Amino acid sequence: MTTTPATGTPGAGAPAIETRDLHKRFGSTRALDGLDLTVAEGEVAGFLGPNGAGKSTAIRVLLGLLSPTSGSARLLGGDPWTDAVALHRRLAYVPGDVTLWPNLTGGEAIDFLTRLRGTPDARRKRELLEAFELDPTKKAGTYSKGNRQKVALVAAFATEVPLLILDEPTSGLDPLMEAVFTERVREAAANGTSVLLSSHILSEVEKVCDTVTIIRSGRAVESGTLDELRHLTRSSVTAVVEGDPTSVARLDGVHDLVTADDPEGTRLTFDVDNAAMGATLTELSRLGVHSFSAAPPSLEELFLRHYGDDVSDDGTPAGDGRPGGRHAAEASGAGAR
Amino acid sequence: MSAAVATPSGTRAAPRGGSTLTGTGALVRFVLRRDRVRLAVWAGSMVAFYAYFTFALDTVFADEAAQQGRAAIMETPSGIVMGGPGYGLDHYTTGVAMANEGITWVVLALAIFSVLHMVRHTRAEEETGRSELVRAAVVGRHAPAVAALTTLVVAQAVIAVLSAFAMVAVGDLAVVDSLAMTVGSALSAVVFGAVALVACQVFAAGRAAVGASLAVFGAAFVVRAAGDMRETGGSALSWFSPIAWAQQMRAFVDLRWWPALLSVVALVVLVVVASALASRRDFGGGLVAGRPGRADARASLRSPFALAWLQQRGALLWSCLGLGLLWFASGTLLPEVGSMIGDLVAENPAIAQVFGTDGTELSVAFVALMILYAALCCAGYAVVMAQRPKAEETSGRAEVVFSHPVSRYRWLGAQVLVAGLGTAVLLAVSVYATWLGAVAVGWDDQTFGDYTTVVWTYLPALAVFLGLVVALYGWVPRLTGLAWALLAYTFVIGMFGGLFDLPDWAFRLSPFDWVPAAFSGEFSAGDVAVLWGAAVVLGVLGFVGFRRRDLVTG
Ligand SMILES: Nc1ncnc2c1ncn2[C@@H]1O[C@H](COP(=O)(O)OP(=O)(O)O)[C@@H](O)[C@H]1O
Ligand SMILES: [Mg+2]
Repeated sequence: MTTTPATGTPGAGAPAIETRDLHKRFGSTRALDGLDLTVAEGEVAGFLGPNGAGKSTAIRVLLGLLSPTSGSARLLGGDPWTDAVALHRRLAYVPGDVTLWPNLTGGEAIDFLTRLRGTPDARRKRELLEAFELDPTKKAGTYSKGNRQKVALVAAFATEVPLLILDEPTSGLDPLMEAVFTERVREAAANGTSVLLSSHILSEVEKVCDTVTIIRSGRAVESGTLDELRHLTRSSVTAVVEGDPTSVARLDGVHDLVTADDPEGTRLTFDVDNAAMGATLTELSRLGVHSFSAAPPSLEELFLRHYGDDVSDDGTPAGDGRPGGRHAAEASGAGAR
Repeated sequence: MSAAVATPSGTRAAPRGGSTLTGTGALVRFVLRRDRVRLAVWAGSMVAFYAYFTFALDTVFADEAAQQGRAAIMETPSGIVMGGPGYGLDHYTTGVAMANEGITWVVLALAIFSVLHMVRHTRAEEETGRSELVRAAVVGRHAPAVAALTTLVVAQAVIAVLSAFAMVAVGDLAVVDSLAMTVGSALSAVVFGAVALVACQVFAAGRAAVGASLAVFGAAFVVRAAGDMRETGGSALSWFSPIAWAQQMRAFVDLRWWPALLSVVALVVLVVVASALASRRDFGGGLVAGRPGRADARASLRSPFALAWLQQRGALLWSCLGLGLLWFASGTLLPEVGSMIGDLVAENPAIAQVFGTDGTELSVAFVALMILYAALCCAGYAVVMAQRPKAEETSGRAEVVFSHPVSRYRWLGAQVLVAGLGTAVLLAVSVYATWLGAVAVGWDDQTFGDYTTVVWTYLPALAVFLGLVVALYGWVPRLTGLAWALLAYTFVIGMFGGLFDLPDWAFRLSPFDWVPAAFSGEFSAGDVAVLWGAAVVLGVLGFVGFRRRDLVTG
């Protein structure tokens, strides 16, 4: 492994994060199994995967807390393991499950952490405490999970750094606070901060991310911009036709067809591969279409396709905005709830 | 967790339909299930303590002369403070000694259990907001407190019965008197639980409630000691302390039950007071507003060292206070103990193996043995504190710190340095407290300088314990507990090594074997170098290992 001084700024366009064929084993568990992950400078990258996919492990390798079994990882132009101390001056990290020192107050914990990184900005701290509605005078031992999470978030946002690494940072936050969080991420991104945001909640990633890497069983199964990923996927179609719909079910690329009686004929709902859309439309019009609507997939659907079996055990994704003609541009734009 | 509360059937009426006690039964079951391990550990430890104490008194003070020697100590002021009112000193059998000396400590342990139990299941629950869920379910306003108290009484009853059984089985003591002692102690301890319940209404923070309750115990301890000091068997002042109510039952001497009634009455009064206070306060609030902590950290909290100090200073303070008092009190016993051992040795050659036979050296040997005990306690402290980094790591707190510009060496160095300094301070406090106690009763054969030498000679041996934990932590963090095995081994060799015909290397494995006996005037630079060398090598190994290994993560 080569080591370059981490103090110099990376060359223009060098990625903030780059892993190649990264492997990490815990005994017989392959937590990472050839992960390729790239986050360009200034980019907000989503890191999606179900629980146990290896997100946290990848992040811990990037933080130099774990050493990879094989493969390479680069962070801000340095080596995460050997240059850890220097690199950590230039990044902030929020873990998914924050534990704090029970006998320190939230305010003390924030000060301690920000002082480790540099000179804290008291005004900014106060402003963040207000935004996140956190009482800093309570002992951390009495904080709820959401409040502990807020402590870590305030500490992370309190100093300006070139890289934010956020591992499921909103677990335990209520929707209002999630909105505050989203706003802060956008603000950081506007200032040129690169962000890696891991999540198993699609709507969270959808709201702020430019690109998404989907990880399953320790390897990236898809990656690209939100729009690019949608091209790979299916659309949900609802149509009412007059003729016998069994011919539609036989088409290649049509999935999960459900039929129901309708005063106008038969109501069909199904998913269709975008590549097979033309043939499907032809067939539908042959049957006599009364009404027709097609929705580009939300990330939920995209997610379900890759992880259909796995998502059930933790209950995500919540199906907001399923059919209803949502467009990619809308989805990646303002985070309408 | 609310599942346990929601499951029970039938009586699940709307909140307003129920009384303030609705749901108590379900909560009782919930507490018992949630705390089953905790309760079992407390019960097991208490029964073991009773059994051990009975056994020790029964075997060490087996004949009348030895028993009366002990009784003589119990007549001294320190004997009264650390022991009891002094019933039955003229015929000081095992049972009498158990009741006279044991009750204070049994009540202390059981009172701590009571206080923690009550706060844990009432105020602490409110504090974390967990009982909001429970109360929002169908549970009356007083139900959590009543459930906590009920489970406390049940637990104390079980402990009392098992403990009495242990005394009867181990020491062949009278059944009724054994029960009187254990039940009286339990009732007295429950009173402190009720004190905690009142404190929970007064203070909004659980820690404040625990602190206030333990302060009440401290006052009860002092009042009882001061009262008993005035006359043998206790004066009127003694009766103001719940501890005395158990002691005044005079178990094994001239048993009477009615003092236990005082505990029952106090319990009822305190519960009524708590209930009245509870109706007067808001949920989550206290009569005394919780003192908010600092919104900003002190300027000094800016390094891993400052944090480690903040984490360990409480334990250090309490250890210094507790052990300092203990060794001071022990120091004051030296004159009596010296003559007593002389008698013992004359009768029991096995004891001579430990202390030697030369009369003039006996008492010095005894001080040296006390110092060995003190050093063993310090080694225990070192092992506990050196394992703090492990707790920081497995809890995930270290992960947060290591995402900041903090190197592995700096972080572990801070933890170990604070642990090491704390150990050194504790050793010094223990040794000088012994000196102070001895000097206070005119025992001044050994000078301050002699005691200082003891501190210096034991330090490198303690460093070896620290080094061992660090080495284990660096390479196999799961096994840091192995350091306890070395401590146990050191204890056995130090106490009983002379009784067995062991090879030389078996002695040399104990770090304390490289330390010259206290006040012997011996000194070997080579031995000191070996100890420091071992400590440093182990420590460096540990640091290297920790730098190389993965952090333990969830
Ligand atoms: N310290 C560890 N020891 C053993 N197995 C681990 C450890 N950390 C993670 N794993 C395993 O590695 C896999 C990936 O875990 P993780 O990275 O935490 O997933 P995610 O963050 O995506 O939920 C899981 O199967 C998990 O059980
Ligand atoms: Mg995770």
